Amino acid sequence: MYNTGLELMEIANSKKCKIYEVVIDNEVESQGISKEEIISKMQKALEVMKSSAQEALEKEVKSVSGLIGGDAKKLEDYRKAGNTLCGDTVVKAMARALSCSEVNAAMGRIVAAPTAGSCGILPAALITAAEKLNKSEEELVNALFTASGIGQIIAKNATVSGAEGGCQAECGAAAAMAAAAIVEMAGGTPEMCLHAAAIALKNIMGLVCDPIAGLVEAPCAKRNASGVVNALISAELALAGIKSIIPFDEVVDAMYKVGKALPEALRETALGGIAATPTGIKLRKQVLGE
Amino acid sequence: MSNGEEDGMSNLSAFDIIGPIMVGPSSSHTAGAARLGKVAMSIAGKNFNKVTFYLHGSFAKTYRGHGTDRALVAGILGMETYDDRLKYSLEIAKEKGIEIEFIEADLGDVHPNTVKIVFHREDGTKFEVVGSSIGGGNIIITEINGDKVEFTGDYPTLIVKQKDVKGMISSVTAILASQNINIATMRVTRRAKGKEALMIIETDAEISDYVLKVIEKVENILSAKAINPVK
Repeated sequence: MYNTGLELMEIANSKKCKIYEVVIDNEVESQGISKEEIISKMQKALEVMKSSAQEALEKEVKSVSGLIGGDAKKLEDYRKAGNTLCGDTVVKAMARALSCSEVNAAMGRIVAAPTAGSCGILPAALITAAEKLNKSEEELVNALFTASGIGQIIAKNATVSGAEGGCQAECGAAAAMAAAAIVEMAGGTPEMCLHAAAIALKNIMGLVCDPIAGLVEAPCAKRNASGVVNALISAELALAGIKSIIPFDEVVDAMYKVGKALPEALRETALGGIAATPTGIKLRKQVLGE
Repeated sequence: MSNGEEDGMSNLSAFDIIGPIMVGPSSSHTAGAARLGKVAMSIAGKNFNKVTFYLHGSFAKTYRGHGTDRALVAGILGMETYDDRLKYSLEIAKEKGIEIEFIEADLGDVHPNTVKIVFHREDGTKFEVVGSSIGGGNIIITEINGDKVEFTGDYPTLIVKQKDVKGMISSVTAILASQNINIATMRVTRRAKGKEALMIIETDAEISDYVLKVIEKVENILSAKAINPVK
């Protein structure tokens, strides 16, 4: 078993294998179920991810409260019109992340990755990267295991809960998981994967969790869109051979310490940040009927 | 999910990170609520025609926006956290002729996401279950018909009601041992000496209907129920 990024990398290097193989082996050993069962379980998760990343691109999906909805389709229509600044790959990934978040807020089916609030980043990043890099279904499933290995280490040594560590813990973990998984899928080494994950976490270190009315809607959906871009650029940096100056494990520790230092008002209580702005408060009263 | 130094972190599964597959929007307010409803229903039984939910704290404040109401009702109808029909549960309950009532309440010094679920049975009796959604879809049941309990529904759980007389615990544990069922945790409480008592036993293996029947046949056992988690 690996408890740190360094251990995960060392196991992969000594066995001359990929991170996802180490993660699958560990799952077989620790959970006592067969490799086939584990892979089929992840395939099921991928199916749900794909449909939640697609659903709100085709039709407007409104949240239960009415606070958000329709933005994924808006962005996808804009992309199709062909005048994007960032290009197809980035905008498509953003639209897919919005789609997952909107489906979640509308009580549709999603996969928490690692949480429901950050459920758009990993699917959007991996599906879009796989499309761009012509990767197979099998490679996508493998990438999900790479991602969960990184997530396991963050959850063990820090937290992936917004109530405990702020948005940096949820959307940060999701982007780090996605960045590492893209790097491995694109042929990068375990070391490069850790650099990608470290860069992604550093990019949003300190981000607070301040949902309007306490609902998993705003600013969560747009932070999923920005989170997927964070994942893509972090992967891109690592694939270019750029290293994180601070090692992954130290970044995880720092993220946890920053999370603990955040006042409670900025950890999912809806008492600070944009939730506490005049408009945020007005919307809360409207939505919750106060 | 948090820093797991105290909660067996070496066992963290890949699917604790990617998963659960669930109907949104919130693991605590939606997925956890659905599980609370389902576990409560499996304790109370299915013969009810009205259910009242007393919502406390954050559940009371945000239940509409998080779909906590729909999730709870989906749970008492037997749906899982990933069931697509979850968001139509209020309508489905109506079709089945089950009356649903939500009341915002102060349940005292309890977790902010707590609900008291009262099942009104066809014969006029009531069955009450209190539980909390403690994050990441995890739950804890804290009260059954006024008896304090504590179990999560993560393990197969055996709930036995018996007369408070000697030898009851050993009879039940002997039956479990004979069926090769290992006990993970166990808690015994009683209303008063010689009156009704309650055994909550979490086990490592599923508890079959056969095991329940054998336990129910033991003298002074009043009832035996099992909650087997879905993996």
